[in-house]
Amino acid sequence: MFRSTFDSIETLFFVPDHVTTKGSHIRDGVDMKRTMIIVFIALIPALLFGMWNVGFQHFRSLGESVSFWPTFWYGFLKVLPILIVTYVVGLGIEIIFAQKRGHEVNEGFFVSGMLIPLVLPPDIPLWMVAVATAFAVIIGKEVFGGTGMNILNPALTARAFLFFAYPGSMSGDKVWISAKADAFSGATPLGDALVGHIDKLPNPMDMFVGIIPGSIGETSTIAILIGAFILLLTGVGSWRILFSTIAGGLFMGLLFNLWGFNDYMNIPAYYHLIMGGFAFGAVFMATDPVTATQTNKGKYIYGFLIGLLAVLIRVFNPAYPEGMMLAILLMNVFAPLIDHYIVEANIKKRLKRAKA
Amino acid sequence: MPKMIKINKGLDIKLLGSAEKTVAEVEIRNYAVKPTDFIGVFPKMLVKEGDSVKAGSPLFFDKYRDNIQFTSPVSGVVTELKRGAKRVLLEIKIESDGKFEAVDFGKAKPNDLQRDEIIEKLLKSGAWPFIRQRPYSVIANPSDEPKSIFIPAFDSNPLAPDYDLMVHGQGETFQAGIDALAKLTKGKIHLNVNGKAAPSKVFTNSKNVQVNEFSGPHPAGNVGTQIAHIDPINKGDIVWYLYPQDVLTIGRLFLEGNYNTSRLIAFAGSEVLSPKYFKTRLGASIKQMAHKNVSDVKKRFISGNVLTGTQIEAEGYVGSYHSMVSVIPEGNQHEFLGWLIPSPKKHSFYRSAFSWLTPNKKYKLNTNLNGGRRAFVMTGQFEKVFPMDIFPMQLIKAIMVEDIDAMENLGIYEVDEEDFALCEYISTSKIEIQSVVRKGLDLIRKEMS
Repeated sequence: MFRSTFDSIETLFFVPDHVTTKGSHIRDGVDMKRTMIIVFIALIPALLFGMWNVGFQHFRSLGESVSFWPTFWYGFLKVLPILIVTYVVGLGIEIIFAQKRGHEVNEGFFVSGMLIPLVLPPDIPLWMVAVATAFAVIIGKEVFGGTGMNILNPALTARAFLFFAYPGSMSGDKVWISAKADAFSGATPLGDALVGHIDKLPNPMDMFVGIIPGSIGETSTIAILIGAFILLLTGVGSWRILFSTIAGGLFMGLLFNLWGFNDYMNIPAYYHLIMGGFAFGAVFMATDPVTATQTNKGKYIYGFLIGLLAVLIRVFNPAYPEGMMLAILLMNVFAPLIDHYIVEANIKKRLKRAKA
Repeated sequence: MPKMIKINKGLDIKLLGSAEKTVAEVEIRNYAVKPTDFIGVFPKMLVKEGDSVKAGSPLFFDKYRDNIQFTSPVSGVVTELKRGAKRVLLEIKIESDGKFEAVDFGKAKPNDLQRDEIIEKLLKSGAWPFIRQRPYSVIANPSDEPKSIFIPAFDSNPLAPDYDLMVHGQGETFQAGIDALAKLTKGKIHLNVNGKAAPSKVFTNSKNVQVNEFSGPHPAGNVGTQIAHIDPINKGDIVWYLYPQDVLTIGRLFLEGNYNTSRLIAFAGSEVLSPKYFKTRLGASIKQMAHKNVSDVKKRFISGNVLTGTQIEAEGYVGSYHSMVSVIPEGNQHEFLGWLIPSPKKHSFYRSAFSWLTPNKKYKLNTNLNGGRRAFVMTGQFEKVFPMDIFPMQLIKAIMVEDIDAMENLGIYEVDEEDFALCEYISTSKIEIQSVVRKGLDLIRKEMS
C-alpha cells in the first residue's frame, strides 16, 4: 500500500537495484535526483547570503551594528521556519499524489521547496507560506498531471498567489525588512525607482553584492552568479535562456535610455540586472526546463522576451514595481506557442523536401 | 571520389573488453533461427522436430508474405521448436552434423541475370530476409523498388566489431553481392565507410557503389543517420539496407550456388576473459564461445551491442541481424547515496557527474538503471546526441499520445528504435524510449496496411 513511499525513501538513500529490462542495457550514471541536486546546490549561496542579509537589514533599520554571526543567526531563525513549512506542506502533498498515482515522488519539489522561500519577504506569515505552497503544488502542478506536465513555474505560482491574494504582505515599503524600525524607509530599489526617487537608489556595488532590502534570496547578484556558474558548468541550466534573458533586459534598458522620457528610463541599463528579482528569475526561474520552451531556437526567443517584458513592466506599470515574476509567468504560458511555430517550420521543411 | 560527411552530434561510449583482432575457430554444433528477430513476421512452420535439413532448406515462411521464407544455416536435424508464452515460436533449434551439406541453388553471374531472377534466388535460398527496409525496419518487400540501398561499412556502437576484419580477403565475394544488389534498385548503392580510419580495400575498391565517408561520434555508423544525411526518407519513400557480412552471404549464393552464412561474431565485453572473434554461421549458439571464457560474476549475455541488443541466455543464440555478443555485469545491487556522490566507475554524458573529465577512460558498465523512472523534465539533451533534422522529444511525445499525423509530420518514417538508443541511454528520466519508438512504428505500419 505504501509502495511509493517506500520507493521514495529507498531512492533517497540508495541508487535502487533496478536493472534495465527493455532497450539499452546500460544507462547513464546521472538521474533526475543528481540533476535536481545540482540546482539545489546552486541555490545555496543565495540562501546563505539571504539569511545573513535578513539579519543585516533588520539591524541596520534599527541603527544597530552587530557582528557577523548574530546577524546571520537572526536571519537563519527567520528563514528556517519558512523553509520547513514549505517542504513539509509541499512534500506532504507530493507524497499523497505519488501514492495515489502509484509512482515515486518526483525530485522537482526539492528545488521548488527551496525556490519558494527565496522569493518571499522575510516577515511573511507562515500560514501564508503554507497556503501558497499548497496552492502552487495542487493547482499549479498536480492538476496538470504532476511534475513535468505543469504550464507555470510552481515557485512563481506560489509567489503570484500571495502577491494577488495578500498584497499587503507582499508589496509596499514595509515588508522587505524583518521587524523594521518604523522610521526607517524600507523601500526596495525598485520601489524607489518606480516613484521617481532615482537619487535614493543604492550604489550599484551594494545592489550587486546584495545588501539591499528585498525578497530573501533575490538581492545578491554575486551569490546568484555563483549559482549560475554551477548551472552552466554542469549544463543543468540552459545557457540559451540565461543569456537571452539578460540580453532582453539590457536591450529594453538601452531602448529606454534612448527614449529617455523620464528619470527611470534614464538609469543605466545594467541596473535592471542587479535590482530586484531579475538575476534570480533569469538564473533559477526562467531556466526551469518544464515551463520553458523546449526547442533550442525557442529558448532564445523565450529568454529574450522575458528580459524585455520584465524591464517593460518595471518601468511602465504603475502598480507593480517588479516585472520579473509576471514576465516569466506570461512567457510560461506562451512557451508552447513559440515551440509550436518552431516545430511547424521543421514540418514544413520536411513536406517541401518530399515535394522536391 | 568518396563523399565526406561529418557528424557533430553524438556520444562514443567507451567500454572495456573490445574484441582483439584474432579469429578463433571452434566447432559449434548448435544453431537456432529465431522468428522473433524478424519484426512483423508470423511464422508458418515447414518442418517439425526430428526432420533432417540441409543448409538452405526452408524452415518456415511468413504467413503475411508467403514468398518470404527462412532457411536453415546448417545441415543437420531440427531438435526443438521452442515456444514461449501464448505459444509464440521463439527458436527453431538445429543440431549441425558438421558436414555443411547445402541445397544447390545454382551458380550464376549476377550481371547475367534479370532483376526478378535475382529476387527469386534470394527468396528461395532464404537470403532475402537480410535485406530490410526503412521505414519500419522490417524485411523488404520483394515487389517494391527502393530509391537506394544502404550498406553501413562500419559500426560505431560501444564495443563495435570490426567490419573490415569481417570482409578481409573476400573482395570478390563482396563484389558479387554488390552486383546482385545493384540490380534491385535504379538508385545508388551507398557504401558508408569510416572516415576516421583507413577502411578496408574490400570496401574502397568496390565497384557499382557510391562510397561515402562518415566521421564523428556514434551514431555515425547507424544506417538511420547515414540515410538522413545522404538520401532522407519522405513519406512513401523506401530505402533498403543490409550489412557487409550479409552482402558476403549473397555474394556466395551467386558464386558458389549455396546458402553459406559463414561469418565472424565478435564476443566482447568486460566479463569476457579473452574477447575475440569466432568464425561460425548464422544463429550460432554462444555456449562454446563462453566456455571458460567469461568471469564468475552475475552477468548478462546480449546478442548485439549493449545499446540495442537482445538479452539471451548463457546458452542462447546469436540473432540474425547481430554480428556481436556483449557480456556485461548485471547491476542489481543497491548503492548507498550513489546519486549524491557519483562513482568514478560510472559513465555519464552529463557534466553533473565527473566522467567528462576523463574522456578516454574505458568503463565497465553494468545493467543498473542508475535511477528511477520519471516524467520528462529536462529538455535540449536528446538533441545533442541525435544527428538528424528531427525534434526527438516532440516525436517521442507524439508517439506516446498516439497522434499519427504528428508522428508523420515529425519524421517517424526516417527513424527506428536504434536511432534513439543514445537518447534512451542519456535520459535522466530513464524512459524506455526505444520501445516507445517501436510502438509508434508498429502503429503506423498497421495504419498504413
